[in-house]
Amino acid sequence: MKIVTICGAGIGSSGILKVNAERVLQRLGLEATVVAADIGSVARVAADAQVILTSAEFVEAIGATRADVVVIENYFDTDELSRKLEIAIG
Amino acid sequence: MTLPPLADRAIVLRARAADWREAVRIAGEALVDSGCATVEYTDAMIRMVEDHGPYIVIAPGLALAHARPGAAVRCDGLSVVTLAEPVEFGHAHNDPVRVVIGLAGVAPDAHLAAVAALANAFNDSAAIAAVADAPTREAVRAILERSDRA
Repeated sequence: MKIVTICGAGIGSSGILKVNAERVLQRLGLEATVVAADIGSVARVAADAQVILTSAEFVEAIGATRADVVVIENYFDTDELSRKLEIAIG
Repeated sequence: MTLPPLADRAIVLRARAADWREAVRIAGEALVDSGCATVEYTDAMIRMVEDHGPYIVIAPGLALAHARPGAAVRCDGLSVVTLAEPVEFGHAHNDPVRVVIGLAGVAPDAHLAAVAALANAFNDSAAIAAVADAPTREAVRAILERSDRA
């Protein structure tokens, strides 16, 4: 499984999401590759992704995708991340 | 995984900012003062918000100001600004902002090490308010250094 975290620069905030998503996945006992990327490269990087984690600001720019686009409000709240990832992954 | 050392000049306590641009600019100036970025990096951090919106407000009360690695970055660095009066960034859930973290990285990998350490410190939900209310630079360092123990 592949999860992509998206922000404006592909570092910084998407990096926080990547780090915390990896922690949550480990806690849930799930295996996935998590990649941080910038919004400009989302079409390429997320082409084979199952889940995209991002902020509300980027949903429109991400556009049409086969991945589940999951909006995270508090990047430091691993409970929110865990809850939303579990729903997205099913 | 440790944070870059926080010099005195990288920590600005109880700053006064009229709006989000000024708040981000103060965080950028602290990166410039500590020798980690040029003023162009500050402009780039502001442009990220102008281009993409207030997504840098990644948690209630906290903005993570940053831009891409590039010529405007001289070393891996972090700045911490606490605001005397909270500032609205226009974020739907996480306004108003009381703490602005400025982040500069020479390469994407360096950013990732620093953000992992930031996550260690701020995944504790009390940490943002504790930094916002910190009376001294030492108190700010003590909260952020908790990342080293996680």
